[in-house]
Amino acid sequence: MNLLEIQHRMLEAVMQPLTNDEQMQPRTPDGKSMHDVAAEFIKPNDRLSSFERLEIYNRQYWFRVLASLDEDFRGLRAIIGPRRFEALSKAYLIECPSESFTLRNLGSRLEWWLRSHPEHLQPRAGLALDMVRLEWAEIEAFDGAAEPVLVPGDVLASDPDPRFRLQPYVQLLSVHYAVDDLLVALRKDDSDSEMASNAVSERGKRTHLRKVARQKPQAIFLVVHRVDDSIYFKRIEPEAFKFLKALREGKSLSAAVMQAFEGRDIQENKLLTTVQGWFENWSSLGWFCAPNSTDQGLISASGRQS
Amino acid sequence: MPANPFNGFTDFGVGIGLRVPHYRHILAEKPVVSWFEIISENYMIDGGRPLHVLDQILDRYRVVQHGVSMYFGSPEPPNREHLKKLKTLVKRTQTPWLTDHLCWGSVDGTYSHDLLPMPYTFEAARHTAQKIREVRDFLEIPIAVENVSSYAEFHVSEMTEWQFLTEVVELADCGILLDVNNIYVSSRNHNFNPHDYVNAIPANRVAQIHIAGHSKFEKYILDTHDHPVIDPVWNLYARAIERTGRTATLLEWDDKIPSFEEVHNEALKANQFVADMAVTS
Repeated sequence: MNLLEIQHRMLEAVMQPLTNDEQMQPRTPDGKSMHDVAAEFIKPNDRLSSFERLEIYNRQYWFRVLASLDEDFRGLRAIIGPRRFEALSKAYLIECPSESFTLRNLGSRLEWWLRSHPEHLQPRAGLALDMVRLEWAEIEAFDGAAEPVLVPGDVLASDPDPRFRLQPYVQLLSVHYAVDDLLVALRKDDSDSEMASNAVSERGKRTHLRKVARQKPQAIFLVVHRVDDSIYFKRIEPEAFKFLKALREGKSLSAAVMQAFEGRDIQENKLLTTVQGWFENWSSLGWFCAPNSTDQGLISASGRQS
Repeated sequence: MPANPFNGFTDFGVGIGLRVPHYRHILAEKPVVSWFEIISENYMIDGGRPLHVLDQILDRYRVVQHGVSMYFGSPEPPNREHLKKLKTLVKRTQTPWLTDHLCWGSVDGTYSHDLLPMPYTFEAARHTAQKIREVRDFLEIPIAVENVSSYAEFHVSEMTEWQFLTEVVELADCGILLDVNNIYVSSRNHNFNPHDYVNAIPANRVAQIHIAGHSKFEKYILDTHDHPVIDPVWNLYARAIERTGRTATLLEWDDKIPSFEEVHNEALKANQFVADMAVTS
């Protein structure tokens, strides 16, 4: 058996789901005895059979990847419950094993996968899916790139219709449930549980969950961003969301304004005041990137013509 | 041989792993630490808090990068995107040398996120050494490979683990990150004398040494990095530095992490062995 054959066999065995009592499966998916399969390439010793030695790796694999998803999607786990979350995680990882060198990306396909497996989320599928999207957006916002920030000295150049770039870490999310409030409340319950009993914490979680789940679905527009390396959720108006989406798509200022207020009858001075207000607020949060050499019509504070 | 080509001719002392629970203490108290080892993958990102903390650490301390996902023994060629991210980080940290494990962990782009053991064959040694050379050529810094703890052995193995390690590093002309805790763990799991291992490796290639704690189970020992270093491992450490000379040494503590002082004090015990060696030599 050469190196590649051993690696194929071992990885297949290591990634096979454990039994309900967290042991290695006695049979492979195609019905072979796992004892026989293990014995073909792994030596036994005086204490452990080939099967038992392979099982150590099998268990380590599943404990590691399940713990990673559990850490990244605490909100989802709270919504569907720990048992169903574990079942969902196993099913997801069987179909979507890691394709990245880092566990950070383990949940990158979870939303996509859940859209074709909504049975894991019933009866709160909408709420649960919104939570998955929020939790993934948080991961992206946490370690996304930050470019130098647009400062007041970065003035508009001759182009009257410049394009503004959003910071890469800024995540735009439209949801139907108040998952932002829910996630904050769940974390507070977890934090409080360090001082109170787990029972009190779990009761608090259930109360928050019921409250949000009972709410009628409505369009909520969120920006997941960071300030001083901490993540924040900011709700914005629908027009503001459309405006930011347009900027993210690379549209010019005028095109973004058009897209934001399409179908709205609004006076020009009111529109101007609104957009100015957005810029003041969002600039203070550092959401816009300073001009770079690819920007059209902007001059940086250092005077560099872009 | 404290300074050699495999650790960039540096002379680092005893360091500890940079871990999140200690960030606040290190940044606020600025303790005297010879150097920190970082897990490369934790900082192969585009922005955010981890990189900001790292930059503050780099302002004050020496940092060496240690990876957990290069998988030199995996069948696929090195992933270019992975290498580019790693090189960006290498430029940021100015790490004098870079370490990762002598293991495999992925096949056809599917990752186990584990350090899986190699079959000790000449075929595997040639394949692994070739990959180490490719990675070193791309990163343009010295590389040292770490022996892993293992729980399984393969029928096809043609040599001992220490012979395999030697074969790989000679073929790749690279350094060794000698983990004496891993040697101890594997020796118990596979019934060999750990001193035979330490006595056999090419001492002139040891760039760095790892020490750590582990967990004992009824039928095997697991490399958990969640306990202090036990005496038999310190004894192996003493023998290792007897052969290599004073060498950059790092304590790993990755789970149930105690206070910074506790971890640092545990690491600094290594200095006593260096002092003892100086007295007896």
